Amino acid sequence: MEKKKSMLTGEIAAAALRESFVKLDPRIMMRNPVMFVVEIGFLVTLLLCFAPDAFGGTVPRWFNITTTLILLLTLLFANFAEALAEGRGKAQADSLKKTKQDITANKVANGGVKSVPASELRKGDFVVVASGELIPGDGEVVEGLASVDESAITGESAPVIKEAGGDFSSVTGGTKVVSDRIKVRITADPGESFLDRMISLVEGAKRQKTPNEIALNTVLVGLTLIFLIVVVTLPFLADYLDIRMEIPILIALLVCLIPTTIGGLLSAIGIAGMDRVTQFNVLAMSGKAVEASGDINTIILDKTGTITFGNRMASEFVPASGSREEEAAFWAAISSLRDETPEGRSVLELMKKNGLPYDAKLAEGGEFVEFKAETRMSGIDLKDGRSVRKGAVDAVKQWVRSQGGEIPGDLDASSAAIATAGGTPLAVAVDSRVYGLIHLKDTVKPGMRERFDQMRRMGIKTIMCTGDNPLTAATIAREAGVDDFIAESKPEDKIAVIRREQAEGKLVAMTGDGTNDAPALAQADVGIAMNSGTVAAKEAANMVDLDSDPSKIIEVVAIGKQLLMTRGALTTFSIANDVAKYFAIIPAMFMLAIPQMQALNIMRLDSPLSAILSALIFNAIIIPLLIPLAMRGVAYKPMSTGRLLGKNLLIYGLGGVIAPFVGIKLIDLAVQAFI
Amino acid sequence: MTTLSLISIAVTLLIAVLLAKPVGLYLAAAFDYGPNRLNRVFGPLERLIYRISGFREENQSWKSYAAALVVSNAVMILLVYLVLRFQGALPLNPAGVANMEPSLAFNTAISFMANTDLQHYSGESGVSYLSQATVLVFSMFVSPATGLALAMAFIRGLSGKGAGNFFADLIRALTRVLLPVAFVSALLFVFMGVPQTFESAATATTLEGAQQTIARGPIASFLAIKELGNNGGGFLGVNSAHPFENPSGLSNLLQILLMLLVTSALPFAYGKMVGSLRQGRVLFVSMLTMLIVMTGVSLSTESAGNPVLNNLGIQHEQGSMEGKEVRLGEAQSAFYSVITTAAETGAVNTMHDTLTPIGGMVPLANMMLNTVFGGMGVGFVNVLMYALIAVFLSGLMVGRTPEFLGRKIEGKEMKLIAVTLLVQPFLILVPTAIALATNPDTISNPGFHGLTQALYEFTSAAANNGSGFEGLGDATTFWNVSTGIVMYLGRYISMVTLLAVAGSLAAKKPVPAASGTFRTDTAMFGAVFVGIVLIVGALTFFPALVLGPIAEQLTL
Repeated sequence: MEKKKSMLTGEIAAAALRESFVKLDPRIMMRNPVMFVVEIGFLVTLLLCFAPDAFGGTVPRWFNITTTLILLLTLLFANFAEALAEGRGKAQADSLKKTKQDITANKVANGGVKSVPASELRKGDFVVVASGELIPGDGEVVEGLASVDESAITGESAPVIKEAGGDFSSVTGGTKVVSDRIKVRITADPGESFLDRMISLVEGAKRQKTPNEIALNTVLVGLTLIFLIVVVTLPFLADYLDIRMEIPILIALLVCLIPTTIGGLLSAIGIAGMDRVTQFNVLAMSGKAVEASGDINTIILDKTGTITFGNRMASEFVPASGSREEEAAFWAAISSLRDETPEGRSVLELMKKNGLPYDAKLAEGGEFVEFKAETRMSGIDLKDGRSVRKGAVDAVKQWVRSQGGEIPGDLDASSAAIATAGGTPLAVAVDSRVYGLIHLKDTVKPGMRERFDQMRRMGIKTIMCTGDNPLTAATIAREAGVDDFIAESKPEDKIAVIRREQAEGKLVAMTGDGTNDAPALAQADVGIAMNSGTVAAKEAANMVDLDSDPSKIIEVVAIGKQLLMTRGALTTFSIANDVAKYFAIIPAMFMLAIPQMQALNIMRLDSPLSAILSALIFNAIIIPLLIPLAMRGVAYKPMSTGRLLGKNLLIYGLGGVIAPFVGIKLIDLAVQAFI
Repeated sequence: MTTLSLISIAVTLLIAVLLAKPVGLYLAAAFDYGPNRLNRVFGPLERLIYRISGFREENQSWKSYAAALVVSNAVMILLVYLVLRFQGALPLNPAGVANMEPSLAFNTAISFMANTDLQHYSGESGVSYLSQATVLVFSMFVSPATGLALAMAFIRGLSGKGAGNFFADLIRALTRVLLPVAFVSALLFVFMGVPQTFESAATATTLEGAQQTIARGPIASFLAIKELGNNGGGFLGVNSAHPFENPSGLSNLLQILLMLLVTSALPFAYGKMVGSLRQGRVLFVSMLTMLIVMTGVSLSTESAGNPVLNNLGIQHEQGSMEGKEVRLGEAQSAFYSVITTAAETGAVNTMHDTLTPIGGMVPLANMMLNTVFGGMGVGFVNVLMYALIAVFLSGLMVGRTPEFLGRKIEGKEMKLIAVTLLVQPFLILVPTAIALATNPDTISNPGFHGLTQALYEFTSAAANNGSGFEGLGDATTFWNVSTGIVMYLGRYISMVTLLAVAGSLAAKKPVPAASGTFRTDTAMFGAVFVGIVLIVGALTFFPALVLGPIAEQLTL
């Protein structure tokens, strides 16, 4: 499954179109009470098309037919919105299902290996997967090491290393081993695997209404009932005045008043919100989790990997006694010329930044010595016979001593100083002489400060967790601009912080990947596990980030907020629209009996029937016009809640009052040509 | 309209505004169960009541608070009903008033206990002194006390405290608020010339030599609680239009201040109780703004006079005086009609039936919205309900699960609020439709005005206002029973559902305010609140108003 930015393919649209008709089934329609009322209205006007005087009406037949068609369109538009939102998920699910098909597993049984279909595997079975084969189910590597292509799940094509033991032992069914061979213990029964859950999630099969959606739906049903009372009692009031109310006109009034705009788009907004999270390569286990993420008060972030790059960037050169800083830097650069590790590159960057010279030609023709776990050093053997090394301080010391070199007296003190400040020292040596140290320092990722500022404006507190000593932690915290930090933190500290914040009534989000993060992930209101993490972490979390990028939590929060905002904005818009619709329909209804009602016809609509049809047409076409907004979500930029409310009220509240006045008038101009 | 009458209205409003905050702070203290100085003043009397009644100031659960409220009120309705039914045989009946017929007694008992005081009888001839001075005055104290208790319990819920104790609140409302204020204001009314006597009607011989019966009685004490408790039931049939019930401009002023006294103070009491006066001030200013707009509309249309007379070229510069007291003038009459419906009192000093169509729509709109201050306690609780709706929508618009005073508003609360929201339109529009369809002959006017008469009657009943548009032949079984039911449901359904909302909110863990929290003490929130009230109200009642007062105005 590749990341698709635009999922609106013609195929999906065509499928959604078909689906819109299927959804006309009253049994399905009933789930959406607002649109169900429209459907009943549609059925009544449909009846009136064939028997215009079924209720003693005097409305022309063409009016009944037109009303019926507009109501049908209103229903189809709403269904189309929902089907379109669902369709995007379905398309994704289909591509996932293809991945799932027909995997043969090499099951370890009775000392031998037997080929069985993957669907027969149960929890606790062992399988062997070799290079080029698909992993038949979710599991844990118990033997061996292999690189695995997880692009089927994550869309990321670079293979990842999976090995037995530790935090990189979990493998996902449907991913492909590209080198070596591993033995895997299966940890999920068929139907419960990650892929299965993912399919059912994106398919929306198990979609349940979220708490906020339920609350909003209640309000919409309440409003619908109120308008039902208004419209049902109206003919009795009119009758006292000897004014006859026509059934299709009453239905038109009712349909215009009830919140069809938001009613028709509500479920699409929810599905699209989930979908946006998925597009973002984050898999939310429930819509509730996405909604909750919009409410987060506190985010707990690991320092390493999330806020900083890790202990990897060269920040200064510390010369050993008897050497100058330029010398230490010079040899550090030479040793790094062909070193493609982040550390190596950061040395050259630092040289450039500080304007220190080095002669790259010196390394020409030399032999690069790669970093190895046994040697813990890397470097280059120059053509002139000299060997340059950089690496862990004790490893370099040993190497120098073995060549009869002396260790400068201040080396240990300097390296201890670097370590105390939270950095990592690398020693640089040429043959028997140690020139100095490279101070590798944690570096805050670019843009983090701005992000934390944004979050502060959103009212979210950030807490950084780190194993560093308080001094280092404080430095990084200040540099990154987080609100609070926990130094020398142990996994149980995270739970303690989460509980403390929750006791104050706050909602807490965190990211994690290790098995020891699992309890904290479960305790947090929004726990995002990295896909690279352990099975335990993934199971405890309510979201999984397929790209394993811990800082994504910030975007997820924004999506959660956007979801609620879209609902609020369209509800406000929908209700605000009613003002103009009243001014279109009410004068039209009574104009014949009470000519003075013309005073209320402030839009100067052409005739009573054209006024009613125009309001009804506006009511219908506003739904498809707003589908893109429902899918995309209203624009969200972090700002204070007061300003945000002011802005949205202006656009969707005031705009919602004005837009239909303009829209209905324009439609009326068009409609009167036909009447 | 003269400049002087405008000034007098402005001064009246100014006094009301100045009184609101100190009275609010007093209310907050009066209902605080903790030790405070007021206990020293009222403690002895209250302890005596507790000893006699056996009640104790124990905290009740939300359910038992609601149950105590509904059941005790029901028992009292029954009691009032029985006295009215048998008043003919009971003492203190010098005028020999007969027993009240069942449907009228049903209506009257509910009417007084539900703080409505819709009177389908005439005070002079329909009830004995015993009924008037005991059961009716009794319910005129107990029903506002019930409303006040409800407000206190609801506010406690929002601030996360327990509901409190219904009986303790009821007793405190009586001993600390209603009795003292009513006593003092009754004396003031006597001083202004309102009669206070137990003697039967006086008989006078007019200049022509005819015999005239002049009704009188313990009017001053009745009047005091009628206005203070937002009851509105007149001792005399024509209510505060009668010189004995409203002798002068000064008594008119005092009545208006009494009507607004508690209901305008409640926002401040609320602010104090939730620990932020700003929260209350926003709501107070919002409601005051609506009141001023309503007053403006009413004054301008009443002073413009009747367009028909204007068109005939009849000199008309004192405004539309039809049905108004010349003593009070068109401005004070129109202003009174706005205040009595804003504060859901229902006392009248003019015939609302003869207000200009738009002038009559203003009281109607006040009652339909039921949030322009509103009646004793219940009005403010209704206001808080709209505040919850406003928070819900605004919360969504800023992308957070809505929270009010730190408590999340979720499905359960919205369900209860939706039910509550339905009550008002249902109780107004459905019975109006039924009445127009089945009982058109009891409505004295055909056409738009007749429709308004029926609409007004049920709006007044549902909002527990009690003022009559008059012109209805409303002393029939149909009107007695239908408005009786509407009054009962209009009062108690929302009391129970909103107490449930408070209970549900109180049980939630409060979220501390952070910079991302949506603030409910800002002018913007006030604007959203007013917007929601007006839009929901307008959307619900616009068609009915179009067919009633608006059509009438347009066709004049």
